[in-house]
Parts: sequence; structure tokens; C-alpha cells
Amino acid sequence: MSNSILELEVLCKNFGGVVAVSNLSLRIEKGFITSLIGPNGAGKTTIFNLVTGFLEPTSGHIRFSGRIVKHMKPHTIASIGIGRTFQNVQIFPKMSVLENIMVGRHLRSRAGILSSSVLPPFLRKEEKLIRAEAEKQLHFLDLSEFARVPAGSLPLGNQRMLEIARALALEPKLLLLDEPASGLNARETIAMGELIEKIKQMNITVLLVEHDMELVMDISDYVAVINFGKLIAEGPPVEIQENKDVIAAYLGE
Amino acid sequence: MNYTDSTLIDVLQFLFMGIQRGSIYAMVAMGFNMIYNSTGIINFAQGEFVVLGGLMMVTLTMAFNLSIVFAFILTVLFVIITGILMERLTINPVKQPTVIRLIIITIAVSIIIKGAAMCFWGKGSHYMRHFSSTEPLDFYGATILPQTLWIFAILFFLVVAYVIFFNYTMTGKCMRACAINRDAARLAGINDRKMVMLSFALSAGIGAIAGIIITPIIQMDYARGAMLGLKGFGAAVLGGLGNSMGAVVAGVLLGVLEAFGAGYISSHYMDAIALVILLFVLFIRPSGIFGSSEAMRLKEF
Repeated sequence: MSNSILELEVLCKNFGGVVAVSNLSLRIEKGFITSLIGPNGAGKTTIFNLVTGFLEPTSGHIRFSGRIVKHMKPHTIASIGIGRTFQNVQIFPKMSVLENIMVGRHLRSRAGILSSSVLPPFLRKEEKLIRAEAEKQLHFLDLSEFARVPAGSLPLGNQRMLEIARALALEPKLLLLDEPASGLNARETIAMGELIEKIKQMNITVLLVEHDMELVMDISDYVAVINFGKLIAEGPPVEIQENKDVIAAYLGE
Repeated sequence: MNYTDSTLIDVLQFLFMGIQRGSIYAMVAMGFNMIYNSTGIINFAQGEFVVLGGLMMVTLTMAFNLSIVFAFILTVLFVIITGILMERLTINPVKQPTVIRLIIITIAVSIIIKGAAMCFWGKGSHYMRHFSSTEPLDFYGATILPQTLWIFAILFFLVVAYVIFFNYTMTGKCMRACAINRDAARLAGINDRKMVMLSFALSAGIGAIAGIIITPIIQMDYARGAMLGLKGFGAAVLGGLGNSMGAVVAGVLLGVLEAFGAGYISSHYMDAIALVILLFVLFIRPSGIFGSSEAMRLKEF
């Protein structure tokens, strides 16, 4: 067995009579960027929801770092090292940018409810530490100037960056990005691509769902193509671009 | 004493009485908001927390003769545990927690607590000794009870503690995050169920404090919860549901309006005044005077 971080084993998910994911087996290699592509409704977001515990699979297994992930709540899955962003940005609009990231780091703090609420603020080293780490993260993403601004007032591109920053604050081993470039302009898309490559260099495995093919082919190490909940092809970007099944799925037969 | 003097004294007197009542509504409203923010429901047992706080305090101070401070702490703990039990036993196990189901559950719990309180403490109203002296203080001709000053001070302390907790502690931030966006909070590794439990604990605690400090003045009985809850609900709506600082201002405002209404119109209409205000707010500006209509749309009802 190779160096895979996430394995989907004959995974199925039905919604009533609709089969969203059917008998899908897939391995995500550690330390690389893998993209999940496919036409709308192919089941990509469903797979993300299954992996992060927002949905329970109908059958099959999900294995993360060799361990089967089953009946785990989303917050537990977050704690074992899977971070995620959403297709439509999910931030805390009324909190400041810095607070958004601090909340993301909360799992990495050891202070419990009691110590964090009973102790007066100036005695709390933990909170200072979290704040310092969050500030570092902001700096990494070039968002430092917005630290005190309410997150909801940022432009969409920066909101997405912030969502990624919050996910990174968890110090995940695997990061799932759901269409990080949708709605971004060309310049922002390029910046997003650079950010994703930087994340890879931080030794975090990235699983990407994206419709922007240029971005996908540019940064991915592997591409998996899904249609009607089934895997129809996987391999390096160059192979995928020439795969007949893939072309058929995208252009229609 | 000439005419203008006595008018001024009346105004002052009504103002004190109003702020005192309003402080209690404000605390009840803060309790409503905490649970509303974490679950999207109105906890109709909020008034019962106040009653439990008051009655438990009566028992501990009058029957067991404990010191005020010690009894205060024990009572708050007792009601917090009641709040936690309520959440664990009746809210948490619900399979499909729709808003309407949860609200009906809270009504059921309020009836149960009321019944239990009646069995335990009887139907009579209970007197409790004041925190400090009962000698009224003179303030520009109007009188004010030391207990009333205690109430002002404790409301002030609660507001400060509230602001510090929600803005400067990680747990507070996590609770806020959960209220703003549940899914994103879970993704950030926050256990949302735990936050719901915590919100019940905190709002039970605030309810208990409100009950403890008002009991020396109004004398507590088992059936007071409904009216206190209703007035507090009025304050919460007036301040904009979910907006606790708005609720504090609105609660005090409601109390003052009530006191002036009672003073200048008739004390028979005192309860009616609060409810008429609640109706008008719902007719004219359902998002409350401090709430944004956008936030209202995002909530579930």
C-alpha cells in the first residue's frame, strides 16, 4: 500500500431513490494536490460532505490516515485533521477577520471552558498565543491590514482567502477546497492558485473541487473525474486531458 | 414643598421603580437571547428559572440561615444544573429539532417546573431578607431601597461580564461563531451541541440571579414565571431578538414606561402597558428598535 492519506472504499450515498455517489473507490496521495472534477451534479460536493461528516454514507468506508472514519460528528473530524471550505463562502460575517481565524484555532488551544471564562483576560496566555498565531496566519495570506474589519465587509476574493485561513488554523493534514476560485476574477484566481501551491509546500494534502480547468490542470498533481457518482478516470492532468471518457462526459456523446 | 418639587420627586421615584423592574426584564431578556442565538428558539421556561432562583434563595437564606453570599452561589449553581438537565434531557435528544417542536418542549418544561415548585414551596408567596439594610435612602426627596441599588449594581456587573465573555474569551467567541454560522463553526472544530448546553447553563444562571435579587422586593411565588417571562420576552423583542445589549436597554426602557404608566395612568394597567408596547413593536418594527431587519430575515422565524 502506498502513501495515501484518504481512501474511499466502495462508497455509496443515496438520497431516497437518487444515487449521488455509487461504488466509488478513490485514493488520495499524501502531500499532493488532487483535483476532483466532473459535470454539475456529479456528486463532488456530496463526497466532501461525506468526508467531513455532514452526511453519513449509505454504505462503504472512508479511511483517513489508515483509520476508518465512521459516525463522527463534523467537529470531531475537524479535530483529527481534515479542514474544509465551502462552495458558498461560510465565514462569521459579524466577527472581525482576526476573530474568525482565532475561532478556527480553538481546537489547538488546551484551555477548557472554565479556564477560558473564569480567568481574567490579562492572565490568559493561551488567548494571547492564539491571537499571535492568528496574526501570523493573516500575514501569510496578506490580510493583515484587514484584521479588525468585520469579515462580512471584505470582497469575495478575500473572504475566500479568509475561509481558507480559518481552515488552515486547524493545522489540518488534509484540506478540502470546494470551488475556491468560483466567482473570482482572473487576477484573484491566479493568487488562489499560488496560495494552494503554498499550502502544498506546507506539507498539507489538498483535495480540490474546481470548475476552472485552467487552474485545475495547472496546479494538480492528480485529477479524478466523476460523473453520475462514479469514477470515470484518474491520473495526472496530461492523461486526463486526452481521456476519451472524460471528453465524452464533458461534451456529451 | 411646592408643586414643581413634588412633581420632580414623583418623576424620580417612578424612574427608580422603573429601572428596578426593568433590570429584571433586562436579565430575563438576556437569558432569552442566549438560547435564541444558539438554537433559534424562545425558551418559555426562562421565567421559571427566575422563580426557581428566587424560591431556592428563600429556602437557603430563611430556612437554612445561610449567609447571602453562600446562598447566592448555591442557588445559581442549582438553577444552572436545572438548565443543563433541561437541555440534556429534553432538547438534546430530539431527533429532528425543528423550531416549533423545541418551543413546545420548553413550554412543557415550564409547566413541569412550575408544578414542581408548587409542590415543593406551596402556593403562598415567600418573603426574603434584603441583602443589606431595609432602611430607604433619601435621594433628592425620592426614596430608594438599598436592595434597588444592589439590583442596579448586579445588572451592571452582568453586562460587563457578558461583554468580556463574548468578546475576549475563546469560549465566548466560539459561542458567537456558533450563533452566526452553525456549519462553519462545526467545521472549525466547535462542538455545537456543547455550545447549546452552555447557553442553557448561562441563561439559567442569569435567570437565577434575576430571581434572587428581586425576591426581597416583590416576594416570590411559584406562579410568577409566566408574567416575568412575558415581560422579558417583550424586552427581548423590543431590543431586537438575539441582540443582548439591545435587550438590556429595551428592558430598562420597558420597566420605566411601565412605572410611569402605573404612576400617571393607573397601576391596574401596569401589565397591560408592557404588552401593548410589545404588540406595537410587533406591528410596526418586528425586528426591534435595535435589531437589523437583515438579521431578522436570516433567522428561522
